[in-house]
Formats: sequence, structure tokens, C-alpha cells
Amino acid sequence: MSNKINNSDSPGKPPFWNDPAVRSIFFQTLLLIGVFGFLYYIASNTLDNMAKRGISTGFAFLDYKAGFGILMSLIDFTESDSYGKTFFVGLLNTLLVSGIGIVFATIMGFIIGVTRLSKNWLLARIAAVYIETFRNIPLLLQILFWYFAVLRSLPSPRQSWSFFDSFFLNVRGLYIPKPVFESGFSLTLIFLAIGIIGAIFVKKWARKRLDATGQPFPVFYTSLGLILGLPVLAFLVTGAPLTWEMPALTGFNFTGGLPIIPELMALGLSLTIYTAAFIAEIVRAGILSVSHGQTEAAHALGLKTGPTLQLVIIPQALRVIIPPLTSQYLNLTKNSSLATAVGYPDLVAVWAGTTLNQTGQAVEIILTTMAVYLTISLSISFVMNIYNKRVALIER
Amino acid sequence: MKYVKTFAASAIIVATAFTSSVFAGTLENVKKKGYVQCGVSTGLPGFSYTDDSGTWKGLDVDVCRAVAAAVLGDASKVKYTPLTAKERFTAVQSGEVDILSRNTTWTLTRDSSLGLNFAGVNYYDGQGFLVQKKLGVKSAKELDGASVCIQAGTTTELNLSDYFTANGMKYTPITYDKSDETVKGFDAGRCDVLTSDQSQLYALRIQMSNPEGAVVLPEVISKEPLGPVVRQGDDEWFNVVKWSLFAMLEAEDLGISSANADAKKTGTNPNDLRFLGVGSKMGELLNIPNDWAYNIVKQVGNYGEAFDRNVGKDSPLKIARGINALWKDGGFQYAPPVR
Repeated sequence: MSNKINNSDSPGKPPFWNDPAVRSIFFQTLLLIGVFGFLYYIASNTLDNMAKRGISTGFAFLDYKAGFGILMSLIDFTESDSYGKTFFVGLLNTLLVSGIGIVFATIMGFIIGVTRLSKNWLLARIAAVYIETFRNIPLLLQILFWYFAVLRSLPSPRQSWSFFDSFFLNVRGLYIPKPVFESGFSLTLIFLAIGIIGAIFVKKWARKRLDATGQPFPVFYTSLGLILGLPVLAFLVTGAPLTWEMPALTGFNFTGGLPIIPELMALGLSLTIYTAAFIAEIVRAGILSVSHGQTEAAHALGLKTGPTLQLVIIPQALRVIIPPLTSQYLNLTKNSSLATAVGYPDLVAVWAGTTLNQTGQAVEIILTTMAVYLTISLSISFVMNIYNKRVALIER
Repeated sequence: MKYVKTFAASAIIVATAFTSSVFAGTLENVKKKGYVQCGVSTGLPGFSYTDDSGTWKGLDVDVCRAVAAAVLGDASKVKYTPLTAKERFTAVQSGEVDILSRNTTWTLTRDSSLGLNFAGVNYYDGQGFLVQKKLGVKSAKELDGASVCIQAGTTTELNLSDYFTANGMKYTPITYDKSDETVKGFDAGRCDVLTSDQSQLYALRIQMSNPEGAVVLPEVISKEPLGPVVRQGDDEWFNVVKWSLFAMLEAEDLGISSANADAKKTGTNPNDLRFLGVGSKMGELLNIPNDWAYNIVKQVGNYGEAFDRNVGKDSPLKIARGINALWKDGGFQYAPPVR
């Protein structure tokens, strides 16, 4: 017999002041009002005080003429450009040094991390000494050391060290020949893009074939051939439309060519070396986290150390490595603001330094600088989290 | 636990009620706390630097000491905050320091949009260039294509760019945060030229590894009137700082120095007596003690003594009075009468 449950015995809906749903909405609204009220009060109080003291506010200064020069700029910049443009110059310089730092620190960090676990006693010890030394010295000291050590040991422009008469190294920087692209060069670039797409397709096709028939395919060399060979072919066919502008010593300094300033070299070098030490330890932790049974099984199947690492260990270790690695990338990006110590014109030095001082609008400029670093950091985290999700272990 | 949220909300409301925008004058604050907070440079010989025992000395330091002597009767009641060129304005705008005495140039932008007032000029200067002798350069017009070391966030940067543009020359700017870093860069050969106010060039040249190997070029490319800075909207404090500086100039004009101040106080010249506060109420009008000027001259000295001691003939810099001499000696320094 089916018994209908008698609803009159169960407790009815509670009064609205006891209802958990209503209470949660009420308190959350109260908290939101409190937080936004506080923020509004802070903002209006600041604006009030600044108006009383006669300090100008607002973003009108972005259109005023800057009136100062910047040492290095990836876009065209002259003294008659606006303050707004100095923001972009600084931003691009920060992204440049952060990008270079991230790429090289990762490569170096992986190599040193794997070396630290090497069976060769000497190599493992050298890696350990490297890690311990560069992790424990403050970054600012390392930057100053590289900058002044680099500066003091390089010769003056008139006595530069020259390599093949086209590369010149002196205290003002490294001068390399600048490539000048002529009209036919776009074809080479198109073929480069075709080569890259071709390599991706080859990799996908080889993987499918491996899964279906078990036959390996030399993907690496084929891709290399495509990516290098096709553009070179196009280049030769269009009659080599590339000339080099050589740096030449005129008067005080070198003109022409592409100068790489010592500030950039010192900052990039020290950021790379410092962060690589941290990344090495993260890599080591990741590799050690993979159960030793995996290595033994791989060896039992006849795989040597190289392929074992590449095919079995590192893919599993990456799950442990990626989250702390993201933190190190964010650290590197924020540490690049130490550029002010050596005169590298990054965002903090140009925008939150010179422009802030010349216009006096500290609040607007510092807020925008903080917003920029926040955006860069969130973007890096976002990209890394996408990768993270893809390789996450899905428990059944 | 139940009442945490209500407690937090009420705490915010109470805190809001207490923070009213009371703008207590700086003069009252200084009298209450018993010292003057003075913003100085991070170390510029002649203007604001520490000697081997850690005591602050210099022409800018003497201005702060004069204000302390005027308001509190004791020139040693000063605390110093070293500031780089980038931080200096934020420090005085926010109230972190009471006076900024840091070889700061008086310009229109700084007087208006930064909410600051310049309380006078304690040194008339101009911008110059320092080059290595071995370059064989005799004039600033030969500097096309040079790389120049400068301190970030100064009028120096702007004047440099204007000068080179006006003369159709190109340059590469290498900006550092502090002036001693610019010297290090120039010394290491990173740049051909060091540019700054001429007084600073003489001071910085002393710090180099080979002072004889560098030469100051004859061109002076800008006007740099350097003086103390206070916040806008505080007229009482502005007057005190302004007249402390004028007192030092007026003392030299009247011939009163730290050596003869006591003698002049018991003398008969009515100008001297009124200046030194005997039988006059000048101090009360400024809301400071009546012997304010006497304290300044006795403890800090007149302008001439301060100049000679810090940057002039009794100092390693040996800068001539030049345009910083009194008006009756052919210079620009002129104080309104104390009456």
C-alpha cells in the first residue's frame, strides 16, 4: 500500500526573519553597502583634500607635451610627444624585459632543475651551488652587481670589442646590425606562417598514426625542415630582399645598427639568473613528485633516461610544476620594476617616476600603474590556468 | 559570532564620524610636537649632506635650522627626511614633511598644479654641463650625439631636451634616480656628459675618482632659482618660512652676524634693535616669539656666513658669491625690510 506522506506534520515555512535564504541576502547586501560606502568615502575625501590643497586632479595631463627624452623606446618617441605616450613606451619596455626574462628563466630553470637530479655527482653539486647562491642574495643587489660589474669591465666606444666587424660591445651597449626589410620580404613571412601551420598538422597527423598503427614518425626533424626550409626557399627565390644596417662609430658614439643598452642586458641577465634558481627548485619538486615506479616501469620497457624523462616523467611532473611556475612568472614581472635602480626606462621609471614628478599627479599615476601590473599578472595567471585545466587529473 | 557583522558595521560608522576634515595649521603642529620635519636631499655636498658624525649640514639644512630657531628658539630641533627628486613633492603635499628644502627650482607648474608655495630663493643657480677633459670639448654646442647622465624627475631633464632641440642637436638621455648614481654612471663612462645645476656639478665633481679629469663647460642654459617649499593653503606657516629666510638676508644687509649679535642687541641703532626684537613686536605678528630673528642670527648665522661656510670660500666647493651676493654688492639677494 502506498502511503502518502502527511505534510501537515512537517514544519511549515519559517517566518522571514528566520529564513536562512532571506538572512543571507540581507547580510550580504549590508556588507556590500558597507564596502562600497567605505570606498566612496575614501575617494571623495581624497578628492576633497586635494582640491583644498590646490593639487590638480583628473587625466587632462595625458595630452600635455612631455618635454623629456627616453633612453630606449620600442615605438617612435620624441620630446614633443605627450605624457600619454610615455605610458605606452614604459609599458612596452616592461613587457619586453619581462618576456625575455620569462623565456630564458624557464629554459635555464628546467635545465638546472634536471641537472640537480643528475646521477653525475659533480653536475648535481654545481647545480645545487648555483641554486643556493642566487636564491639567497636579494635581487636588487644582484641587479646592481651585474650593472656596475658589466659597466666597469667594458671598454669605451672608441676601443670597443668587435666581432666580425659588425657586432660591437662597449660600455654604451651591444650594437648589432639592424635588418632592413625590403619590399619582397612579406613572401618569406607568409611562407614562415605556412611552415608553422604545416608543422602543427604534421604533429597531429603523426599522433593519429601512432595511436592507430604504433609507428613513430620523426616529427621534430620534419617540423624543423618545414619551419626553416620553406621561408629560406621563399627568401632565395625573391632575390634575398634583406640588407643590414651596420653600426658605425661617429664622433662620440655608434650610430646605425640596433643598440642593446647595458641597462637592459643587466636587468634581463639578473632577472633570468635569479628566477631560474627558483624555477629549478620547482622543477625538481615536480620531478620528485612522480612516483619512482614510473621510472622503473619505463626502464623495464627499455626506454633510456632521455626518452623516459621526456615521455613519461615530465608530462606528469608538469601538473605539479605549473601552479608555482605561474607565481614565479608573476614575481619576475613585478620584480622588473626594480629597473629604476639602473636607469632602464620601464613603466615605473618613466611613468610612475619622471611623469609623476613633472606633473605632480601622484594618485592617478600610481593607481594606473597598479592597475597595469594587476592586469599583466591576471593575464599570465589566466593563460596558465587554461593549461592547468587541460592537464588536470580527472578522478573517476 | 552572531554579532560580528553588526559590530563591524557600527565600528565603520563611528570611525567615519571621528575623521572630520580639521586642517590644523602647520605652525600649531610644529609648536605642539616640538620640532620641524625637514625634507632634504639624499646627499648633495654643500646643500644637504651628513658629515662623518652623522650631523646634517648644508645651505638647505640651514634654512630649516633657521625656521626651527625662529619658531622654537632652538636651531637643533629639526628632524631630517632624505628624499629623492621623485618623492619630494608627494612628501610635502601629503604632510610627511613640514618644509621641503632640497635645492628645488621655482617653476610655474610647481607653484600652481602641485598645490605648493615657494617661500623664497636661497640660491640663484643655472644648469650647466660637466664633460671629461679627454674628449677635448670646449663648448656645449659641440655635444651633438652625446649621451647625457641626468637625475630623473627634475627640471634638468626638460631644459636639456629644450636646449638640444633649439640647437638642432641629438642626445641620448640616461636617467638615474639619485645624483650619486649619475656620478657613478659618468665615472664609469656610461655617458659623455653630466648635466645638473652648476652648483651641483662642482659638488658632484668632488665625489669622482678623478676630479681633475672633468671640466665644467662655460654655457649656463637655464635659470634655476632654488628655494624652500611649503604647502598651499597654510598662509601662517608660509609667512614664517618666508620671513626666516628674509631674516638671514636682512641680517647680512644690516651687518649683524652670529659674532656681533649680542653686542648689537645692547647697541643703539634702531634698525638693529627692531630687527633683533628689542622693544618690537614683529614676532607676535607672525605668531612666533619676539626674539625670532636674534635666535636665527645667533644660532645659524646670516646669509653670508651660511653661504661661506657651506658652498663658499670656507668650504671645499669654493663657489664665488656671484649673483648670490647682496643687491648692494651687485647680486640678486634682496630682502624686504623687517618693520
